[in-house]
Amino acid sequence: MKWDISQMGSWTYKQFPPGAVIPEAGNSDDYVTGGWRSERPWRNDEKCTQCLLCWIVCPDSSIRVADEKVTTFDLEHCKGCGICAQVCPVDAIDMVPEGCDLPEVK
Amino acid sequence: MPTHKTLAATGNSVVAEAMRQCAPDVMAAYPITPQTTIVEEFAGFVAKGRVHTEYVTVESEHSAMSACVGASAAGARVMTATSSQGLALMWEELHIASGMRLPIVMANANRAISAPINIHCDHSDIMGARDSGWVTYFAETAQEAYDNTIMAVRVAEHSDVMLPVMTCLDGFITTHSIDRVSVMDDESVAGFVGSYKPKNALLDTDAPVLHGAFAGLGGPYFEFKKQQRVAIENARAVIKSVGEEYSALSGRPFDVVETWGMEDAETAIVVIGSTAGNARHVARDLRAKGQKVGIVKIRVWRPFPYAELASVLKGLKAVAVLDRAESFGAEGGPLYLEVRSALYDAETRVPVVGYIYGLGGADVKLELMEKVYSDLSDIAAGTAAPAGLVYLGAREEA
Repeated sequence: MKWDISQMGSWTYKQFPPGAVIPEAGNSDDYVTGGWRSERPWRNDEKCTQCLLCWIVCPDSSIRVADEKVTTFDLEHCKGCGICAQVCPVDAIDMVPEGCDLPEVK
Repeated sequence: MPTHKTLAATGNSVVAEAMRQCAPDVMAAYPITPQTTIVEEFAGFVAKGRVHTEYVTVESEHSAMSACVGASAAGARVMTATSSQGLALMWEELHIASGMRLPIVMANANRAISAPINIHCDHSDIMGARDSGWVTYFAETAQEAYDNTIMAVRVAEHSDVMLPVMTCLDGFITTHSIDRVSVMDDESVAGFVGSYKPKNALLDTDAPVLHGAFAGLGGPYFEFKKQQRVAIENARAVIKSVGEEYSALSGRPFDVVETWGMEDAETAIVVIGSTAGNARHVARDLRAKGQKVGIVKIRVWRPFPYAELASVLKGLKAVAVLDRAESFGAEGGPLYLEVRSALYDAETRVPVVGYIYGLGGADVKLELMEKVYSDLSDIAAGTAAPAGLVYLGAREEA
């Protein structure tokens, strides 16, 4: 059965797929969930060896990668948990208080 | 036809055996007395390669049910087991499992809820989970615990139901006592439960779906709850048809309400779980002395068999309801309230007496059961009025 979820607002209890399943792939990209962060990650591009360990462990898929290289942090979804900073083998990532000026790259 | 093997085994042992025969894809469980030996034995089956289940050890029952919910949404056949405080710790996940319509099968070893701490049998744990939307079976014996586990898989996974199912067995009395149990061969059980074909599995990447969405104010939460109500009502017919099919296979009878001596009974005891054995024993003695007494044992607690109970109890002179759980501040225990409700529409109102018994494993001696029948006999003869709630066997002031 195929559902047109744009019509969901008028469905009766008989028309919903059981268990509140939405018959489309979920995508939390559409929701900004990084709003309750107290610290954010900052990466020293010179130290970074592009091992991508941070990308593997990020629980929120908030580390953006292009051409096999870390490019930026997705701060709309990063919760500031700091796991990326903890796993970094070359200390290229620091957690800095939200709202502070970022340290300069040396 | 299946080949049968008769074992001397505990309830927990045959529940683990039934689970192995049903071959779940995932089991996530935490050991808690008196359920522990179910998960221990099942872990042993996994270790020896006797079942190819992903066995997930977790750090609490809250995590156990969470892992079960995730695995079931992913599309796995999932089983677990718990008891008492563990079931209580699962509370929010119980609702998530039923709300997401996940056909998880769980054994619950009935045990008292703290405080004070007590590891022995009563039904306070399951009665606390009463309204969480799980289909709920009760076993009197290890045999029934085995049978219920296998039937539960078919009921849970039926397309008209798609709800989690709990199968309860009395802590220590049924879980740990060695009983005579007939166990079917693996192929017959596998054939009966069939292979699981999940709908809307998260791992089905060809048809992506989203589980666990938000349905807030103005959203369809209300409609989903109505859908759940319809699903558990659908379970009534499915439980019966699966029961008939299982009966034909196993050669053992099954009914949601099982009766003894009710053809011409004037008084009866309504009971759940292992105590039905004592009640039947005393009823048999009294029958031999010419008293028209009967037993009504409830094997399926949710959905509650209102129509079946009304039909067997109507016209009786007095009925006793034995509750192994409290419902503090209510007129009686949970079963008492349901039985009274079942009889409300009956043409003649049968006097119903509520007894609370056996809390925290308090002994249920035959003399106590005789006292219940003697009270019923007095009420039926018109020489006594139904007492209020009776704490059967509790030490009280004279």
